[in-house]
Amino acid sequence: MLRIARRGIVVAACLALVAASSACSDEAPSSSGGGTAASVPGVTDTEIVLGTHMPLTGPAAAGYSKIAPATKAYFEYVNANGGVNGRKIKYLIEDDGYNPANTQTLVRKLVLEDKVFAIVNGLGTPTHTGVLDFLKTQKVPDLFVASGSRSWNQPEKYPTTFGFQPDYTVEGKIIADFVKKTYPGQVVCHMGQDDDFGRDSLAGVEQVLGADGVKEKQKYVTSNTNITPQIQAFKAAGCQVVISATIPAFTALSLGTAAKLGGFKPQWVPSSVGADYTTLSGLLGEGKVLLEGLVAPGYLPVSTDAGNPWVQLYQKVNKEYNGDAPFDNNIMFGMTVGYLTVQALLKAGKDLTREGLISAVESGGFKNAAVGPYRYSASDHSGIGGMQMGRVTGGKQAAFGPVLQTDDGAGPVQEYGEAPATPTGNGIPSA
Amino acid sequence: MTTTKVRPARSPISRLITPRQTGPRRGSTLLRHLLWVAVGAVAVYFVSYGIDPFRNYQLATVAAYLCVTAGLTMLTGLNGQLSLGHGALMACGAYTVALAQNELRDRGVLGAWVLPVSLALGVLVAALAGALIGVCAARLRGPYLAGVTLAVALVVPAFTTRFAGLFNADQGLSVYVEPAPAALGPYFPPERWQAWIAVGAAMVSLLIVANLVHSRFGRAFKAVRDDEVAAKLAGIHVARTQVLAFVVSAGCAGLGGGVLAVISQSVSPSVFGLTLSLNLLLAIVLGGLGSLFGAAWGALLLVLLPYLTTEVTRGFELSPGLANKLEGNLPLAIFGLTLIIVMLVAPGGIQDAFRALGRTIRRRF
Amino acid sequence: MERFIFLTFDGLSRGAVYAAFALALVLIWRAARVVNFAQGAMAVVTAYAAYMVSDAVGSYLVGFLFALVGGLLLGAVVERGLMRFVGHANPLNDVIVALGLVLLLTAVVGIVFGGEFRAANQPFDTKAIEVGGVPLMSRYDLFIWGTVATIVVLLALLFTRTAVGLRMRAAAFAPEVSRLLGVNVGRMLTLGWALAAVVGAVAGVLILPTELGLHPHAMDIVFASSFAAAIVGGLDSPVGAVVGGIIVGLILSYVSGYLGAALTPVAVLAVLLAVLLLRPGGIFSGVRARTV
Repeated sequence: MLRIARRGIVVAACLALVAASSACSDEAPSSSGGGTAASVPGVTDTEIVLGTHMPLTGPAAAGYSKIAPATKAYFEYVNANGGVNGRKIKYLIEDDGYNPANTQTLVRKLVLEDKVFAIVNGLGTPTHTGVLDFLKTQKVPDLFVASGSRSWNQPEKYPTTFGFQPDYTVEGKIIADFVKKTYPGQVVCHMGQDDDFGRDSLAGVEQVLGADGVKEKQKYVTSNTNITPQIQAFKAAGCQVVISATIPAFTALSLGTAAKLGGFKPQWVPSSVGADYTTLSGLLGEGKVLLEGLVAPGYLPVSTDAGNPWVQLYQKVNKEYNGDAPFDNNIMFGMTVGYLTVQALLKAGKDLTREGLISAVESGGFKNAAVGPYRYSASDHSGIGGMQMGRVTGGKQAAFGPVLQTDDGAGPVQEYGEAPATPTGNGIPSA
Repeated sequence: MTTTKVRPARSPISRLITPRQTGPRRGSTLLRHLLWVAVGAVAVYFVSYGIDPFRNYQLATVAAYLCVTAGLTMLTGLNGQLSLGHGALMACGAYTVALAQNELRDRGVLGAWVLPVSLALGVLVAALAGALIGVCAARLRGPYLAGVTLAVALVVPAFTTRFAGLFNADQGLSVYVEPAPAALGPYFPPERWQAWIAVGAAMVSLLIVANLVHSRFGRAFKAVRDDEVAAKLAGIHVARTQVLAFVVSAGCAGLGGGVLAVISQSVSPSVFGLTLSLNLLLAIVLGGLGSLFGAAWGALLLVLLPYLTTEVTRGFELSPGLANKLEGNLPLAIFGLTLIIVMLVAPGGIQDAFRALGRTIRRRF
Repeated sequence: MERFIFLTFDGLSRGAVYAAFALALVLIWRAARVVNFAQGAMAVVTAYAAYMVSDAVGSYLVGFLFALVGGLLLGAVVERGLMRFVGHANPLNDVIVALGLVLLLTAVVGIVFGGEFRAANQPFDTKAIEVGGVPLMSRYDLFIWGTVATIVVLLALLFTRTAVGLRMRAAAFAPEVSRLLGVNVGRMLTLGWALAAVVGAVAGVLILPTELGLHPHAMDIVFASSFAAAIVGGLDSPVGAVVGGIIVGLILSYVSGYLGAALTPVAVLAVLLAVLLLRPGGIFSGVRARTV
């Protein structure tokens, strides 16, 4: 007992000493992340620092890993042409491997340690959901989240978060409207990922077709690569049109599996998430003939549409600043996000503040490669609201028909009349 | 007449992972451990003021992992039961805390006591799950136990998807946590508050495990690990001992999971996947199996190693084409290589290497 | 009923795949008493090599043979160059080094080949043969089954009819005694790893066309299911691996077909518990002497 008492006294004495020596530091005012400091985090006279989280490695990285480098390449292109109001954009890409635990750490690192001005295009519903509260507390602009979840459009709850692509319900409604008009009287079925992606998509589809308009509904999980039981259920139900909320790997797997089952050939209508022709033909190899006739909506010009001015611009940037990576819709996506970000930064003006950037996005009116309108306003933080159907013919994906727009509620699916925008001379937006 | 002390023949593994034998100590073990905890708490208090918010967050994460690794190193190192499913037990704690916190807020129940109660609930639920697994585990050995616990690690997403109404499937839940008390000042960074919560929990976890290890039960754990038949002959109920070890370790995992939910303000199933479970195992082995200091090294490595490998690779200037290939992959390669090298150079883990170093120095001087 | 028959055959095809990979795990367990967590990553490496070669040469068979040779080399290199130097004082060290190897190999594959999926083309027509309107098995499924059966027979012959096989078993079960009796235990270990890697490589080449295709993580999920299969059957028994593979394949197919794909992990856990609580060493575990 004595020994403990003796040690205790020694330790207590030491602690008292430490406490006395550092007591003043206790009084010091501590600085807080989104404080009232005159200087804006991540913005200097010569630089704007932006950050993102993306899966660059791991099972979910396929395709997605190309998005952030494409955005970065576009920023490099803008930087080489004088930057945004004289400031160069520095884009920090963190690899979260699609694991929310990593996202939480990395986004905190970006905000607290690297002091980024804004988070741009963070990818994934489960990953990004985990950082919403943190970004809100820190008042960091959280722009153009790369996922079609409806969670990003909650201006009252998360005032700094904005979506980008059409949400899965809007997409489901547009697809269902197309299916209803193009394939009347056919048996329609739905294949969905067993999470918000599949759930929201089905909600949109049923909004248009009615609850009994979808005969067979099947779900898959990414951790189970055998979807034969699901596809056989479609076959047994006599499905003629299958609307699918699937990621590319499972779109390809669905098509391949159906082909194995004794000539089961429904019309597949996958979500834009899982419909990039380049990715799908890579997945299917010799089986890419199965893609003929595939119909899917898109909210950007198709990457194989060589005549489109946006495609031409992005191909040029891709060649010069992205190591000439294989050009696909992921690169279209990344570059469009870059373009939109530059538009928003220009709109926010020379005196950049985080509040200023958020009101700039909320003021809306952006026009770029997106085929439909951006819906941003103070009360609406959802992204692109319009899509156009595309079809694969002769190994090429091409858009057809009108651009359709709708909301995620009970609103009708309507045609969007405005003509598509074209990039300005050198492909950099002007203020 | 001289009496020769007969040392029980110990397998190499037990020599490696049994803590240093010390003579009988005077005084209470509990008191000694409490003193350590007090010293640690005060040290962390000052450290948390000296570092910026992100370091505080890292500290909080280390502490959350430490809750788990302390229990796991006891289970695997001292009791010889391998678990690849501790991530799932953390999920039990995390989801319980998330549901409790959100439910209490919705009912307008607020106060300083709410969080400890939620965490305690998390520990309880995880311990119950641990008891279930432990009962099964007591019948299994080696790779068979590994296989079952690995299957446990994989069921989390299945549950959150099946009961999506409660757990919100893949997207998960956000966790309401009351902000730091106003008395700490208006500019008190939330990360420091989180670090305090997490370190507090880690202290509790360490205290419980340390006391258990030094008690009658701790000796029973080791006896069972070294030789089940001999332990049985000595009157130890083998299965009961194994279940106890599993329950305590699961409780620690529940606490760690709960703390992780609190500091990240969210829970989702993919956080608690197989990667996490395997990482925890990496941590305790790299740190030094069976030692609480080793558990601390391991928790530190789990946070620092990925951070450092990314930082190191960020320094390279590369052409865009090459950068696209290397980004993300290079840190992983370095991470893997580090694991291999550490295991080859210091097979007993970091703590064992330090011990050996200490012995060498003492012998020299 | 039609659905049940269909699911049964689907489960059998998947079971063949799991059985093939479980065999590799069993082999390495018999040879070295370790569960090789890097088996999946190693199979991915050889599968990439095989499909690169078969695409370049235009012959599936050449690629297949290349995978065999590649597996043999990779297994030997991993044992000689790495596993041999792992301190065997603690059985977990093997596991950790294997996990390190997984990270390293996946990262290297990712750097060299990129993180995109690549199609793994099948050598045969994959259209299922229909009986009474129910699609049952494709020719490719039959090819998998044939290969698995061949491997099992060859292994059985090796271990029971040849001196090398006998020495391998002896070296694994009683290294000290074997050494005294003149068995080169180190060489047997290398041989064991090499053989297991060959079987793993074959399994990888067979499995990939039925999955999503070539990807650095292509074998992650297969590894988990096959590990379960090996455990259910008993890690010491090649026949157990095949039976375990069939059981796991069938259960996964039934549960996915009748209850939903999300529940399959729960089903695997349930099967493991049901089998192991009755027979803690797997279905085909032998009588065990007490180990001290």
